[in-house]
Amino acid sequence: MKSGRFWAWFVFLLGAAYFFIPLIATIEFSLRMRRGVYSFDAYKVVLGDSQFQATFMFSVIVAVFTILLGVLIVVPTAYWIRLRLPQLRPIVEFVTLLPLVIPAIVIVFGYIRMYGSNSPLPFLGSNLGANALLVIGYAALALPYMYRAVDTGLRTIDVRTLTEAAQILGAGWGTIIARVILPNVLIAVLSGAFLTFAIVIGEFTMASLLNRPAFGPYLQNLVANRAYEPAALSIIAFIITWGCMSLIQILSRFAPKSANRPN
Amino acid sequence: MAEPFLSIQHVRKSFGATTVVEDFNLDVAPGEFVSFLGPSGCGKTTVLRMVAGFEEPSAGKIVVGGKDITRLKPNQRNVGMVFQAYALFPNLTVAQNIAFGLKVGGMPKPDADRRVAEMLDMIKLPQMADRYPYQLSGGQQQRIALARAIAPKPKLLLLDEPLSALDAKVRVSLREEIRSIQKKLGITTIFVTHDQEEALSISDRIAVMYGGRAEQVGTPFEIYNRPATKFVANFVGTLNVLEGKVTDAASGKVQVNSQEVSLKGKLNGSKSGDTLSLALRPEAISLGRQPGHDASLSGEIAEVHFLGSVIRVRVGIGGNTVSLDTFNNSTTPPPVVGDKADISFSSGDMLVLH
Ligand SMILES: Nc1ncnc2c1ncn2[C@@H]1O[C@H](COP(=O)(O)OP(=O)(O)OP(=O)(O)O)[C@@H](O)[C@H]1O
Ligand SMILES: [Mg+2]
Repeated sequence: MKSGRFWAWFVFLLGAAYFFIPLIATIEFSLRMRRGVYSFDAYKVVLGDSQFQATFMFSVIVAVFTILLGVLIVVPTAYWIRLRLPQLRPIVEFVTLLPLVIPAIVIVFGYIRMYGSNSPLPFLGSNLGANALLVIGYAALALPYMYRAVDTGLRTIDVRTLTEAAQILGAGWGTIIARVILPNVLIAVLSGAFLTFAIVIGEFTMASLLNRPAFGPYLQNLVANRAYEPAALSIIAFIITWGCMSLIQILSRFAPKSANRPN
Repeated sequence: MAEPFLSIQHVRKSFGATTVVEDFNLDVAPGEFVSFLGPSGCGKTTVLRMVAGFEEPSAGKIVVGGKDITRLKPNQRNVGMVFQAYALFPNLTVAQNIAFGLKVGGMPKPDADRRVAEMLDMIKLPQMADRYPYQLSGGQQQRIALARAIAPKPKLLLLDEPLSALDAKVRVSLREEIRSIQKKLGITTIFVTHDQEEALSISDRIAVMYGGRAEQVGTPFEIYNRPATKFVANFVGTLNVLEGKVTDAASGKVQVNSQEVSLKGKLNGSKSGDTLSLALRPEAISLGRQPGHDASLSGEIAEVHFLGSVIRVRVGIGGNTVSLDTFNNSTTPPPVVGDKADISFSSGDMLVLH
């Protein structure tokens, strides 16, 4: 009993150390830009850099559009497969996993060949087109996470009965998805959205090969050339991540409880 | 019947190679309450889903108010439905749930609000408007589901075992509530159940289903007292079945376990030498020879169950056992197992099953 408790604490402390020591070390290092004293100089430099602001904003906007595109594609697809084509589920799951297997660089070279400025679909001929292509590429990269999150969310509600209840009350497909399905899988969609956000913010390969002014390439450049600023950036990224996660926690408190299964 | 409001004509439904509903016919009068009663898997839900538009019949047609709706989508049918699993929208409050159909139908908000309040009053839950479904009991949820179905003033109300997830007490009070609301609104209703007591107690008519067909359609009185088929007789209520052999068709003489009973005028069409299944409800049989009973059989007491106000006695007659009920009487002790006993009944109560 006593030794059991000892080992439990030992494992816990070991895990905590594994997690916190690098974090503390990074924080400590990020504060040492000014010689001899701790200061927030590195943070000031990073946050004050106009390039940081521009690339970060660019990536945030791209992330928002990626999330919208992902939701528009994934929610109706996952819904329809649960409702009408359950036999296709294994196939669709396999397809959504492909972006994990195929490296981003392969996808992006495919894009460059297919949508180059003298191809029939010259997406890469304009800035807007290239940005759109980036969003599409990111939506593909985020597909495994988004699909799985939404599909798990759909599992918690009785998709078929709720659909039929809405239908018999006169609702069409748009109303059903917007007013019945989406609100009930919102938390799942949000966690998918968060993962998408995390992927998009840090992504380097696609952004750099499509030559977009995104945060990933900026970060890469910073890491290669500076000492203290990358540490400060890591901490900022860490805080953003935790902020998003607590936001999901708070939102899920307001989420509808599933009560459509009698027990 | 006057012009039927709902007419289901020669409807068949197959899933792949298996046919689950076959040549189903039913006419329902305006404002009528018809129950589908039958064992699990007999196709009750399937017929109801075809009326709702969730399944398309493989053959036949469905007419509502003179209009063929066989190929109409569910959201174009103006039908209300209550599901076994309540199916309230978990993300919406009670009031928003009830307003759903009104909003989809484009009713202006003030009118919709008024209608929602009216519905909440009707189901006697006016204080629940702002609750979420998970904050309600099963019975309350099902009443909200009923209000939600009725709010858009559907022409037809369909209920698929709406009470089977509830406990016994709530089940009885809610079924009476459903019936009284239905009568007040005069809404044509189909109610699916596999509980015979439920069907007998609240229906105008019952369609007893078996193997995808309507075996018999009739009032609860007709279904119980004059079952048309062996299945209906066995499925609805308790029934004693005796095998008999016609010895003289002209005078209606039938032999049961080498004892003769006379069933004048009940043998329609049977010939001498035919074997028949004869059925009797327990309440039609008396222990001992009773005045007014024109038929009797002799046997031996096989079982005695003292149930309080009623004593259920089983009497062995040759290879058959017959159940009958006698009222408890504090001065007469119950019969004893093994005693010889006669049973008597009126030949008019005997059902001849084909
Ligand atoms: N989508 C389907 N595909 C294949 N077979 C089906 C389908 N839906 C129903 N069936 C079959 O049709 C038959 C009738 O089903 P139905 O649900 O109508 O029965 P029910 O009378 O409502 O039974 P219960 O009282 O158990 O609800 C069953 O044998 C069932 O397995
Ligand atoms: Mg059913």
